[in-house]
Amino acid sequence: MTVSAGWYLTLSAVLFTIGAVGLLVRRNVLVMFMCVELMLNAANLAFVTFARQLDDIGGQSAVFFVLVVAAAEVVVGLGIIVAIFRRRAGATADDLNLLKG
Amino acid sequence: MHSLVDAAVFVPALPLGGFLVLLLAGRRLGDPWAGWLATGATTGGFAAAVVTYAALLSHGGDHRSFTQTLFTWLPVGGLRVNASLLIDPLSVTMALFVTGVGALIHLYSIGYMRGDPDFPKYFLYLNLFAFSMLALVLGDSLLVTFLGWEGVGTCSYLLISFWFERERPPAAGKKAFVTNRVGDFGFLLAMFLVFGSLGTLRYTEVFAHAGQLSRGTVTAITLLLFLGAVGKSAQIPLYIWLPDAMEGPTPVSALIHAATMVTAGVYLMARVSPLLSRAPDTTTTIAVIGVATALIAATIACAQDDIKKVLAYSTISQLGYMFLAVGAGAYAAAVFHMVTHAFFKALLFLGAGSVIHGLHDEQDMKRMGGLRRWMPVTAATFIVGWLAIAGVPPFAGFWSKDAILLNAYDKSPVLWALGLVTALLTAYYMSRQVHLVFFGRERWREADRHDAGGAGAEPHEAPWTMLVALVTLALLSVAGGALNLPFTPKLKVLEHWLHPVFGPTLREVSVGSGLEVGLALGSAAVALLGVALGLAAWRGRVERPALEPEVLRRAWYVDEAVSALVAGPGTEAAEVLADKVDAGTIDGAVNGLAALVRGAGTRLRRVQTGYVRNYALGVACGAVLLLAYAVVRAG
Repeated sequence: MTVSAGWYLTLSAVLFTIGAVGLLVRRNVLVMFMCVELMLNAANLAFVTFARQLDDIGGQSAVFFVLVVAAAEVVVGLGIIVAIFRRRAGATADDLNLLKG
Repeated sequence: MHSLVDAAVFVPALPLGGFLVLLLAGRRLGDPWAGWLATGATTGGFAAAVVTYAALLSHGGDHRSFTQTLFTWLPVGGLRVNASLLIDPLSVTMALFVTGVGALIHLYSIGYMRGDPDFPKYFLYLNLFAFSMLALVLGDSLLVTFLGWEGVGTCSYLLISFWFERERPPAAGKKAFVTNRVGDFGFLLAMFLVFGSLGTLRYTEVFAHAGQLSRGTVTAITLLLFLGAVGKSAQIPLYIWLPDAMEGPTPVSALIHAATMVTAGVYLMARVSPLLSRAPDTTTTIAVIGVATALIAATIACAQDDIKKVLAYSTISQLGYMFLAVGAGAYAAAVFHMVTHAFFKALLFLGAGSVIHGLHDEQDMKRMGGLRRWMPVTAATFIVGWLAIAGVPPFAGFWSKDAILLNAYDKSPVLWALGLVTALLTAYYMSRQVHLVFFGRERWREADRHDAGGAGAEPHEAPWTMLVALVTLALLSVAGGALNLPFTPKLKVLEHWLHPVFGPTLREVSVGSGLEVGLALGSAAVALLGVALGLAAWRGRVERPALEPEVLRRAWYVDEAVSALVAGPGTEAAEVLADKVDAGTIDGAVNGLAALVRGAGTRLRRVQTGYVRNYALGVACGAVLLLAYAVVRAG
């Protein structure tokens, strides 16, 4: 029995929504960071699904790019978060409003 | 043409060379060698002018006009202006007296400017002036003349404001410059008109084709050129700069503002005499303005206290005489008076400079007196100048003034009568001046007591360099009349010499010889009467308010009127432009734009809350909108 592509895409959409909503509603920077990763991986899943479905290697290679960018993003992002934790007690996103116009 | 006439090129070249050397090494030469160099350059120019004169004499009377082309100056389209010299009796006469009187004044300046910190700069300007003046008189086209015209104007400005650290000289220099610009504008328009209608600016070509011009065009051209002459030669209504120009060093007043530069306007009129002879309306205007200037300036001179102001108004008045002669068609008489006036007015100015020098910068005649005992040479030469300008025979001024009055009578007896009144006033105010300065009580002794820091020293005679110039000019003022004695045609040397230039344009004087003698006797009598009146009125007196009404002391309130009518509205217009136009409209547009951007920015910055979730929501909404758009497009 094979799982149809629709299910993969549904799963991808669900993961993306969870990530997006999480990014919007949570206040903890670390959690928001994980939500971003979730959205990236949801997109990866959709890429792979379509690559399989359309028999096109382009989708899979796009995933590698996303992975590389995500890795770089993790490095920078975690670095920033560690720096923030060193300077303040918690890491609540709403406290970090120094760039308010 | 290879002859000694070619020496003419050295006439302007030597002063130019002197200027360049002083420009490079003036400071190193210093006081007094810079002065000697400049004097040598101008004297060399005089020698070259004498050689040119002799060379011209060796040619026949009607073949004395040469053009010497040095190089092409401006090749622009149809206009080809050569840097070339026009050598004819008129320009050589001018070159002779400009370099001759100029050299004497250079020599005088060595003594007068001694010890001035800017001594080399002074002689630098003086040599530049001599070059410009010679370019003016020797130029063979209107444009070369205009180059010299502007050059002498610049030097006049530089030399009036020579003591620029004082308060008044720079203002006087500016006034002279601005007033002259009005006249220069007329000169420029005249050149445009000449080039527009004839396609050339060279004198010989313009005069050859003058017949093609309509009468209106000729009148317009000559009137515009006369406007230039009015500015340069200080005639009504542009004379107001000349009295103020006395702020410059006194030798400058003698050279530029009495003997040479201010006669440039008369020279220009004489040069374009072939055009003037076709424009009777212009000549009438010139005669009327000339005689009016002569009379009004003479009345003002009667009530001035400053020794140099009297001479300044007297210069304006005498220039008015020259324009009267030009207007009467007597160009030779105008040039004759220009030359004799250069002699005696330079002499008077230099004498005044010697007095000012000897009294340690005192210029008020009411605080002089009795100086003949202390400065015998200055007094003797000044008295010669006084008799010459007053028109007492046989001094130079009598002959030239008489020639002008004779021609004025021929043109219109009214002009003659006004000229005669001016002659009376001239004799009167010069006698007043001589009496106040050299005779009477020694009032400078009292003056010294008032000035706490006064020099206290007694007046002293000038150094020999100054006296040489004074004595030479005095001799010329005595004998200058011999240039053109009216007794027989043979004795009219100057008129005969200038005949090839003016010949076709001269008016024949149709006055009987009996009347001619009568007029001469009349003007001599008037001169003696003026002298007698002046001496009688001021014998033993210093203050005579009845003879010095306030209106004359203030020069008919002309300066005040000009300030009210021209400078006042000008200032107001500038203020309206500054407040309304500039601050309101131009600044308003710029500031309005800035306010608009600023307001928009103030409102837009609310969007930047600083909360990450707001940005994330924005990104999400944007993504949804893009997606919806894509779906709608696809659907």
